Amino acid sequence: MGGLGDPLFNNGLDVGGFVILLVRVLVGFGALLISVVLMIWFERKVISDMQNRIGPNRAGPFGLLQTFADGTKLIFKEDLLPERADRFVYKLAPFLAVLPAFAIFTVVPIGGVVDLAHHVVELQIADPPIGILLVLAFSSIAVYGVMLAGWSSGSKYPLLGSVRASAQMISYEAAMGLAVVTVILESHGLSTRAIVESQATAWYHWNVLRLGVVPAAMFFIAMTAELNRPPFDLAEGESELGGGFHTEYSAFRFATFYLAEFMNTVTFSAIMVTLFFGGPDGPGFHIPHVYWLFPILWFIGKTVVFCYIQVWIRAALPRLRYDQLMDLGWKWLIPLSLAWMLVVAGALEGVAWMFGVIGGCLLLALVLWRAAVVSKQRRIDRGEGLPLGRPFLLPPVPPQPPGPPAAGRPLEHLAAGAQARAAGAAELRRVESPGKVGG
Amino acid sequence: MAKYNLGFLGGFVLTLKQVLEPRVTTQYPKVKRPKPPRLHGRHVLNRYEDGMEKCIGCELCAAVCPADCIYVRGLDNPADHPVSPGERYGFVYEINYLRCIHCDLCVEACPTEAITESKMFEFSFTSRADAIYTRKELVVDDEGKPQRLPWEDWREGEDRHTSGWMRATSPSGSKDYEGTVQWSGELGYGLRPAEGGQNEARRDDAATGNISIRHVNRDKIPARFGGRVR
Repeated sequence: MGGLGDPLFNNGLDVGGFVILLVRVLVGFGALLISVVLMIWFERKVISDMQNRIGPNRAGPFGLLQTFADGTKLIFKEDLLPERADRFVYKLAPFLAVLPAFAIFTVVPIGGVVDLAHHVVELQIADPPIGILLVLAFSSIAVYGVMLAGWSSGSKYPLLGSVRASAQMISYEAAMGLAVVTVILESHGLSTRAIVESQATAWYHWNVLRLGVVPAAMFFIAMTAELNRPPFDLAEGESELGGGFHTEYSAFRFATFYLAEFMNTVTFSAIMVTLFFGGPDGPGFHIPHVYWLFPILWFIGKTVVFCYIQVWIRAALPRLRYDQLMDLGWKWLIPLSLAWMLVVAGALEGVAWMFGVIGGCLLLALVLWRAAVVSKQRRIDRGEGLPLGRPFLLPPVPPQPPGPPAAGRPLEHLAAGAQARAAGAAELRRVESPGKVGG
Repeated sequence: MAKYNLGFLGGFVLTLKQVLEPRVTTQYPKVKRPKPPRLHGRHVLNRYEDGMEKCIGCELCAAVCPADCIYVRGLDNPADHPVSPGERYGFVYEINYLRCIHCDLCVEACPTEAITESKMFEFSFTSRADAIYTRKELVVDDEGKPQRLPWEDWREGEDRHTSGWMRATSPSGSKDYEGTVQWSGELGYGLRPAEGGQNEARRDDAATGNISIRHVNRDKIPARFGGRVR
């Protein structure tokens, strides 16, 4: 593969090339829409399997047409626009949510390279030289859809949902980016085609094994969080926020959000396959005229596996609490993916570098750990509030004096409260380190 | 490190195991689960074996109804062609099903077992007027079966048990009378046998059509939950 980007344009753009480009776009667009319809059906069927139910089976064979029925219903429902909504942004937000899902799919290589009417055609919609950066950029833009939807609804619960969504996506974007950096380091290229080709020829060249399993796992977790899918779907926590950012949306605009969510699931499963599982790579047969079909089948198969895992996670895990979400993102994923990226960089330089970096990371982790322990102990010693991570053990409430508080009483209360808190902290320290006595 | 335990991994195993378990779904509009004989559904006004109506227009049902959904007016029986064997009969009998809560208190109050509840609850209407059933719709037909109105979903055999509650309970709550027939015959069925109550020795489920949902659905319930599926 010489040159940058799509070989279709190596000799300029002629009529044949333009037609091929048009066909690629249309086929890709159609395939993605159909895959979304199938994904919604697939999710409902798989999750009903896991809950001893049958799932949709009324519309069409095996309920395959259920999505069309739901879509038709949503299109014909009344499209409400809240009185206090920011009208333009409110109407814009669903498209901002759905557009990145389409755009990301354009750079996914779904097959090999074929010769078509004297043109070298890559089986993907576009192959820009910065492919994987495009993925990261558009996945960030997807946040705007969610954020603006919540903000423009003129309602507090959607706003809370959108604030959660944006904070969550910012937190996980970093870990996701660092996982992608390891892939770029190994593949020496930003183009998705280059990444796929660097993993070709054998399954043990797939990035998931070459980089150790950690970046793939990091990317998968970060991607699930980025998609707002369970167990990270705090932005639409029904129990606290009604429906989250799309509470006020109805009819076709709601359908658009729904479409975007499932399209993102498919798209990011495809990105996962592209980055870590060799994309369309896999054993094929050299049968004339249909040899190009096997890579596509491999790609679809791998993507379906990851879609299945997404659904499985949804069935298995309860929604995280918000502090658990932030803990996982900032305290585990970001440090671990950063360290792993450094280790990969060191390993590419040489074995000595690798062990040096591993040692350095371990040392740094030890120092950080010690710093956290010491600061926690000092906080306890000073009786300042409660140690983090133990929010449920509260100091005893001071006895309330009867009658209405007289002037001057409130200050006494504060003093009593501080004493009680210090006593509670001393008790806590005694419980936590039984070796030491007193304080 | 108890805060970060890995117990959640069990959820993955559990959900994957469920794929192999039997499905509990009943394909409702196509298939209906059998209904227990004491289920409270749409009312019927019963008739004696000679075709006379049982209702005597005493209005006790209307008086006891907590939802105020029954309206009854009694009238003296015409001397030449009496409607009921007593002095009076239910001239007007209306039940508003937008109000009825199917508590069966009317059935308990009725001194002649004229009003009972069938098992059919699957009916809906498109106007408020349709929700008010009059005597014309409530009285059983000449074979003693409930009338099947166009907006009601009757299935085979569902119109057979129209008086389960009454026949399952002993009058005045005395267990000595449980299973003893103390009611009048019905048009089309004659004197019906007693339903099985709590007294296992006296119940005859085959004769009375008594069923247990757990028994009927045991082919769908895993063995460890008391079903038959292994």
